[in-house]
Amino acid sequence: MLVIGERINGMFRNVRKAIQAKDADTIKKLAAGQVEAGADVLDVNTGPASDDPVTTMRWLVGAIREATQVPLSIDTTSAGVMRAGLEAAGPRAMINSTTGVQEKLDALLPMAAEFGVPIIGLTIDEKGVPRDAMGRNEVALRIVAAAMEHGIATDQVYIDPVILPVNVAQSTVREVLSAIRECKILADPAPKTILGLSNVSQGTTCRELINGTMLVMALANGLDAAIMDPFDTAMMDAMIAAELLLNKQIYCDDFLKAYRQR
Amino acid sequence: MPFEMPVEKWAAAVNTVTLGATAAEGGTRTSTVSVGGETTLPFLHFEGQAPNRPMIAMEVLDRKPQEWAAPLEEALGKAAGDPAAWARACVEEFGADLICLRLVSAHPDNQDTSADQAVATVKAVLGAVGVPLIIWGCGQADKDNEIMPRVSEAAARENCLLGQAEQDNYKTITAACLADGHKLITQAPLDINIQKQVNILVSEMGLDLSRIVMYQATGGLGYGMEYAYSIMERTRLAALGGDRMLSMPMLAVVGSEAWKAKEAKTPAADAPQWGDAAPRGVLWEAITATTFLHGGVDILVMWHPQAVAVVRKNTDALMQPVASAVGPKEA
Repeated sequence: MLVIGERINGMFRNVRKAIQAKDADTIKKLAAGQVEAGADVLDVNTGPASDDPVTTMRWLVGAIREATQVPLSIDTTSAGVMRAGLEAAGPRAMINSTTGVQEKLDALLPMAAEFGVPIIGLTIDEKGVPRDAMGRNEVALRIVAAAMEHGIATDQVYIDPVILPVNVAQSTVREVLSAIRECKILADPAPKTILGLSNVSQGTTCRELINGTMLVMALANGLDAAIMDPFDTAMMDAMIAAELLLNKQIYCDDFLKAYRQR
Repeated sequence: MPFEMPVEKWAAAVNTVTLGATAAEGGTRTSTVSVGGETTLPFLHFEGQAPNRPMIAMEVLDRKPQEWAAPLEEALGKAAGDPAAWARACVEEFGADLICLRLVSAHPDNQDTSADQAVATVKAVLGAVGVPLIIWGCGQADKDNEIMPRVSEAAARENCLLGQAEQDNYKTITAACLADGHKLITQAPLDINIQKQVNILVSEMGLDLSRIVMYQATGGLGYGMEYAYSIMERTRLAALGGDRMLSMPMLAVVGSEAWKAKEAKTPAADAPQWGDAAPRGVLWEAITATTFLHGGVDILVMWHPQAVAVVRKNTDALMQPVASAVGPKEA
């Protein structure tokens, strides 16, 4: 499974302070630390407070690139910030994210084609987040079809069926799991699936337990990637064990160690 | 509608392992052998690279086998009993790429020969041939832990392939490899999970993964070959899928396994319906070996010179790229 580390986000206080103080060391440590903990990709989000998000994105990417060359998930709703991030990151990057809203598709799919990078598509349309799995995959199909029109391979599209906090929308968890499973029949090669995992536990107690359990259930339904906290060792262990139980990794007694030495 | 070959994209390559060290590298070998490096399943030249052909190691025992089928006696009997002469015949007459020396006489149930004797044999064989050596102990753990460090030291800087590290006995041989610059065979009893575990254990001692060749105790044709084959195939799929703990080249011991089969060794007089003994045994060994080539084996350990010749011919043919008619069009 593709682990996208979520910790470089201006919503976190330590990152916000580092951005304000131009403290590159903190960002570099967060980048290297997440990779060390098992992140395959690092998410980069300037956060809502930045006055000049284009400059901030360039600075964040530059700092991360001093520490690691893993792919970066450029996380912004602004096309201008996205372009700045992609230009700074080099070819190892992905777009996080478009939605099914036409205006977004028109702005971001050409960028995915131009930079040759994968793109995350949230199943959100003009009416918001659909209620059930079928509604989510209707939006997913719209995203995948639009991507194909731009010459983007269908397996370069990561569909995010949008998990909502369990204390707000408890019944959507099952719908999201169904959506992950059913999304695979939308195209050949199948689109990938992804979750912004931590959202499921927003505002709850026992966040780590809920995140980890959600991840394992989603993996069993075919999830390919998650934006998550790689520092949550128990969750990473559960993910590795789930991959083992799903026969994606070959068992050995030290399977946790073997996975981490990949 | 034109046929288009389906091409799989693999995530990773098999490690490349080089055996033998020439004078320039601090050894005394006149040739070296590289195996591994594949980026696709065996012989799918349209899909990926197989930069190194599978190699044939001919097996030399430090003592003539007590049970020796007539066709083997005829082909090897003159040299068997003198490991240096046997090794020389394998290289000079039969074209072996490597010599696989097995120190069977050291086994307590055999002649229980000493570590000094083992060292002397290794030195004699190193002196007799210029090809790289695979050196195996007697298979009895305690005795191997006694003789193999000495053997390793005596062959230091020759970049040999030493056997073998197992799940419950790996420390001594791994330490010897580390100290003397050799490569290591990790062995499991037809068990991919244990194979992976042994690889982790030796790598935790500091042996780089690129210094390992894997060996799953092999079964001969009719005696577990298909099980061995399926494990090799699964191992190779894991390697190409990116499992670094299984991405080493593989070795198969074919000669001794194939000639254990009654179909290979029974004289024609005892089983006239099976036909002549000599071609029967040779074919038994050659078919076992060729089957394992398709499972992804990189080093075959073989006995009969005629079987070696057949397998070499098969390998030559298999290493040719497929005709363009069935492959994808050149870009």
